[in-house]
Amino acid sequence: MRLLTHNMLASNVRGATTGYPLKLEAAKWVTKEVDLNADFIRGLLPKIDWRALVAATRALGLPELLPEEQPPEEEIFAEGAADVEGSAIRRIHHALLEIHVQEGSLVCPDTSRCFPIDKGIPNMMLHEDEV
Amino acid sequence: MADGDGAAASGKLTEHSASGAEKGLPRRGKSLSGRTLNTAQIPLVASHPEVYEPCDDSFALVDALLSDKAQLLTLQPRLCMEVGCGSGYVITSLAIMLRQLASGTQYLATDINKHAAETTQATLEAHGVHADVIVTDIVSGLEKHLAGMVDVVVINPPYVPTPEEEIRCKGIASSWAGGLNGRQVIDRILPAVREILSERGWLYMVALEDNDPLDICHLMSEMGYASRVVLKRCTEEESLFVLKFWRDPHTGTSASPKSPKSESWFSQLPFKSLWHKGS
Repeated sequence: MRLLTHNMLASNVRGATTGYPLKLEAAKWVTKEVDLNADFIRGLLPKIDWRALVAATRALGLPELLPEEQPPEEEIFAEGAADVEGSAIRRIHHALLEIHVQEGSLVCPDTSRCFPIDKGIPNMMLHEDEV
Repeated sequence: MADGDGAAASGKLTEHSASGAEKGLPRRGKSLSGRTLNTAQIPLVASHPEVYEPCDDSFALVDALLSDKAQLLTLQPRLCMEVGCGSGYVITSLAIMLRQLASGTQYLATDINKHAAETTQATLEAHGVHADVIVTDIVSGLEKHLAGMVDVVVINPPYVPTPEEEIRCKGIASSWAGGLNGRQVIDRILPAVREILSERGWLYMVALEDNDPLDICHLMSEMGYASRVVLKRCTEEESLFVLKFWRDPHTGTSASPKSPKSESWFSQLPFKSLWHKGS
């Protein structure tokens, strides 16, 4: 599971109000490089919950990866920024698409219901009495 | 990466729009030779006793996607998703098919069956493509934050007519048990998928004659979706359709459901004639 998916996932357990963002607890994660596509990031960014993304990176022990506040778009998409090591867009790309959480859990912020991540796959299934 | 892709794709198109598909040619054999560039390779598709193996319906869906490959490439989807990914054959094939895109397309797949999710993951890995796989019921947990974001959704739903109680069976039964007329799960899936489809989004779904595809198209039309039969295929056991849906400003509740456009479209549907031919 990448942090892009974490950003889209909520808990639907009975008693949850928003069930979002899920608290990430990662026991194991890996990074895999993929090509950066600025247009993709540009289209996606308005849909991204920045605070949830930042919280997820901090939960992985990467407090320096993303700033508390989202940088202005002019900075993120500045000409040539994608080629600059450590630029905002490179960091955002890395956070969203290159980090794969392999083992851990997602915890509902409202109910503390824990959803396991096993072999990279989060299991969001609820028991009948939880729906 | 995409060497020879075009030729292979067009060869394939001619083949299934002609008589080959109806004759029930051995799909697996073909996938070994002719499909290596465009789809997942069957020997590399992972398996598990509790997971539905790629079969005629899976091949029909992938063939339908192949026949729409040029349009899919033009669409440049940002997010693609399979609901009920089973073995992973379909989502893997889609990712391979669109690999030449430089648009950063991302893939998601869900299945209610944990073994299916793991099998999908293994199939994706074996082909060097990636999708984030989630164990969940349809799109539960994603509906809110993924609303209006998915450009391509592919579904081979549990469409087999069964007693209602079979729907609640776990494991492999969840891949086929469709309840009354095979529609009970489909009718839960469609509203959920409409939530996550983007304005320009496309849905491809397998349906059976027994599911009353005309009725499905009509219901979707009332919700503002136009539709088209991308592929029809009669196998020994069933007559399969792959339906495609997309938002159309001229379709839906605001316009008359009997607008000239939808009427002419419905009258073209070959369901009846095909049914007679197949039976």
